[in-house]
Amino acid sequence: MPEQLVYTFEVFLNGLMAGVLYALVALGFVLIYKASGIFNYAQGVMALFAAMTLVGIQNGQVPFAHLINAIFGTEIHHFGWHVHSIIAIALTVVVMIALAWAVQRFVFRHLVGQEPILLFMATIGLAYFMEGVADLMWGSDIKTLNVCAAEGTCLPQGMNVWFEGSTYEAWGTGVFVDNLDIVASIVAAVLVIGLVMFAQYTKQGRAMRAVADDHQAALSVGVSLNFIWVLVWSLAGFVALVAGIMWGAKSGVQFSLSLIALKALPVLMLGGFTSIPGAIIGGLIIGVGEKLFEFLIGAPYLGGATENWFAYMLALLFLVFRPQGLFGEKIIERV
Amino acid sequence: MFDQVENYVTADGRTIGPVVMEMKNITLRFGGVEAIKDISFDIREGEIRAIIGPNGAGKSSMLNVISGFYVPQEGEVWYKGARRALMKPFQVAQQGIARTFQNIALFEGMSVLDNVMTGRLTHMKTGLFAQSLWKGKAEKEEIENREVAEKIIDFLEIQAIRKTPVARLPYGLKKRVELARALAAEPSLLLLDEPMAGMNVEEKEDMSRFILDVNDEFGTTIALIEHDMGVVMDLSDRVVVMDYGRRIGDGTPDEVRNNQEVIDAYLGVAHD
Repeated sequence: MPEQLVYTFEVFLNGLMAGVLYALVALGFVLIYKASGIFNYAQGVMALFAAMTLVGIQNGQVPFAHLINAIFGTEIHHFGWHVHSIIAIALTVVVMIALAWAVQRFVFRHLVGQEPILLFMATIGLAYFMEGVADLMWGSDIKTLNVCAAEGTCLPQGMNVWFEGSTYEAWGTGVFVDNLDIVASIVAAVLVIGLVMFAQYTKQGRAMRAVADDHQAALSVGVSLNFIWVLVWSLAGFVALVAGIMWGAKSGVQFSLSLIALKALPVLMLGGFTSIPGAIIGGLIIGVGEKLFEFLIGAPYLGGATENWFAYMLALLFLVFRPQGLFGEKIIERV
Repeated sequence: MFDQVENYVTADGRTIGPVVMEMKNITLRFGGVEAIKDISFDIREGEIRAIIGPNGAGKSSMLNVISGFYVPQEGEVWYKGARRALMKPFQVAQQGIARTFQNIALFEGMSVLDNVMTGRLTHMKTGLFAQSLWKGKAEKEEIENREVAEKIIDFLEIQAIRKTPVARLPYGLKKRVELARALAAEPSLLLLDEPMAGMNVEEKEDMSRFILDVNDEFGTTIALIEHDMGVVMDLSDRVVVMDYGRRIGDGTPDEVRNNQEVIDAYLGVAHD
């Protein structure tokens, strides 16, 4: 294959993988927005929080170590053990569910029926609060998320090889693919299929869709709104954890992770705020679009760094021509 | 007051059961406005009980009190022989009280079958975990409940639109789907908020027939609110009449029809 074409294809694949990660974050947004009409600005911070908690648990870090040391004058940092990745992930899921419950119980339960803008403001507050808590709990230094933190704490062997982060040449074409990216894509696909099946075929999924559709009617068939909201926030927390793991493994667990939340915004504008497939397709379009644009036009002609604004540009165009997004519910004003 | 346990024979010879629900001295205020003023009445098992009255009489408020959407400031709600504690609407639904809404509250994005299946939610007991795996108990439960839902879909003659998203249906059919969803809960008390509002004569006849059939076939106790006097008088066993939040009549359709206060309210005699 000609070299230029190979590069382009590699960039394309790269974009696709980045898109998968955008899509994961966007998915968390869609889940909560559909069920409760809340635009959760804190979704990105939730991913950060989840990733930090995972690393913290894995490494046996003492939560709030700085705080404890400052108050009691002690010098503790680590428990001195490592936790197996699978167990650490399970524990992190528990933490995310607890967080979902707390968010519902202490914030949104008191704001039921308020203006959307108020709910949005509450999530901004939540985002900063959680960022602070994450900092206080686990410290602000950049951590490497190693799915194999120490000897004997790894994921099953097969996975491990995948996660080594090495690239390999696909089909002898000269195209190099990052293993991690492939894993990320598979995990994302499984997650999305799982979520869609859960929503379609289970009793709780049906209740979830009911709440997303009409609160009054859901109440009248015996659905507890609070339970469903906790469930949805938990699911969003779980999606955030997966996104956090993927981003963390790729570029380290650091506070800039919460900024992907902003990249998810144009993804949502493209895909529509209420569509799960929309979040996926939107994420892929943005991912591929920004990488290809940078490679083909940005770097050679515009002096580069177009990745920072391309997504927003595209979203702006969509807002002008198709405000409901590719898959969003059409906005019809009845007179 | 009627006896709590005794059966009661209506004027047209139908026997209806003991009291299922009793409202005692209910008063409901919105700020300074009294929507319901000290109203008492009961609903007996197996009967069709109508609440009628002119616009703004407080009928819908009454229905919302029964279904737990409004909490009255004063008075007691007795259900199946026990005083009902303060509870959320979804808990009332779980106790076996199903309802429809005046302005139709269906899940527009879901199919007719899915809508009816949501009516079965109170009967499905398996937990989150079992449901996620969708094996064994969860699967069996889904199949059983699906059978009930299908039976009701057959009964209300909406088989042809089972898979259609509700948003695409005409108004009359939506009303029927809403009835199906409420009925799917196999409620011990079914509340219908203006089941015939906005319908043409033919649709009204259909709906009346379904309400009577439901009452007849499943023995469902029904309390309904309706504007159309003619329809109400034909359908119901007993009628409560409200005007300006007060109860001005209670009895069989014939008794109510001949009640001077009721006639005044409907013909618009000046209130003093």
